[in-house]
Amino acid sequence: MSAVRRLLASDVAPGQELPSLRVAVSATTIVLGALASRDWRPMHHDKAFAIERNGVQDIFINTPNFQAWFERYLTDWTGPTGRLGRMTFKMKRSVFPGDEMAFSGRVTGTSGDATGCRWVDVDFGVSVAGMLTTEGHAKLALPAHDGDNPWARRGPDWKP
Amino acid sequence: MTSTDLPPAVQALIGVPQYEERSEFPIEIGYVYNTCAATANGNALFWDEAVARELTGGRIAPPTMLSVWMRPHYWAPGAPGERKALMAHFDLKELCGLPEAVVVSNEASFGEPVRMGDVLTATQIVRSVGPLKQTKLGTGRFWVIDVETRNQRGEWVGTETYNFLGYRRPGAEA
Repeated sequence: MSAVRRLLASDVAPGQELPSLRVAVSATTIVLGALASRDWRPMHHDKAFAIERNGVQDIFINTPNFQAWFERYLTDWTGPTGRLGRMTFKMKRSVFPGDEMAFSGRVTGTSGDATGCRWVDVDFGVSVAGMLTTEGHAKLALPAHDGDNPWARRGPDWKP
Repeated sequence: MTSTDLPPAVQALIGVPQYEERSEFPIEIGYVYNTCAATANGNALFWDEAVARELTGGRIAPPTMLSVWMRPHYWAPGAPGERKALMAHFDLKELCGLPEAVVVSNEASFGEPVRMGDVLTATQIVRSVGPLKQTKLGTGRFWVIDVETRNQRGEWVGTETYNFLGYRRPGAEA
């Protein structure tokens, strides 16, 4: 476990920027994500359907796969001891083959609850060619100290 | 907020738990690997048995896979036609006469981790259906659906809230 990144609540302060992440999106990226999330809807693998029925230029990343991308982005930063409590996001524009997604994030707050759980609030987004396509917010639990483990919290001790 | 111009059949759905469904197979690591591979997610929690044992007492699924487990196979023996997840959403499209739809926003909260071998049960609840509006995509309505999920021990594992826009493209017949 010692080699695994472990971000502590005390390492984080409001205003802190998360490391950026850039991902080149191909048709394969989109189809892999759709199938991994068991989303068989044709606009995520059938270009003609996406154009004719959805009125867009190509197939596009599906919502559940976006969730998975955001989880990956956030836990790249926290390491495996970071535990997602809540996530919300809003899509302004779809992401298509040929786009490059630029993930960014910023800590907007830190807090503790009555159970002793330490929380960090993060605003995050994805931009393509400098244009914000999706923005969201996440609330994650981080260890308060080296011996703490947010995953050990259950029932009334977990209040996301 | 729910609109007052709704067909009675739509109004009757609001706030009523429906489509209680169980996951079609016990939670398994193969789909976890598929999701991690599709997003280049190297989180040791999902790849390293020792890390999983230490932190979570065994293998778990990424929390954001919550909805993955409740989607039906595309085909199954004896099932009539294409099988779709989130039937409450497709019912609203049909009842409102709005053939196209997109997810506008998504919110999720995560409870007890989903473990390998778990069997999940989800319930769909239509929370609201808005008035007809002119949007960039066409004439449509916004609606909100919650999906609440529990494991086989009755523990809450998460709730997803979907905000959809159902719409009719300009020029398409009602």
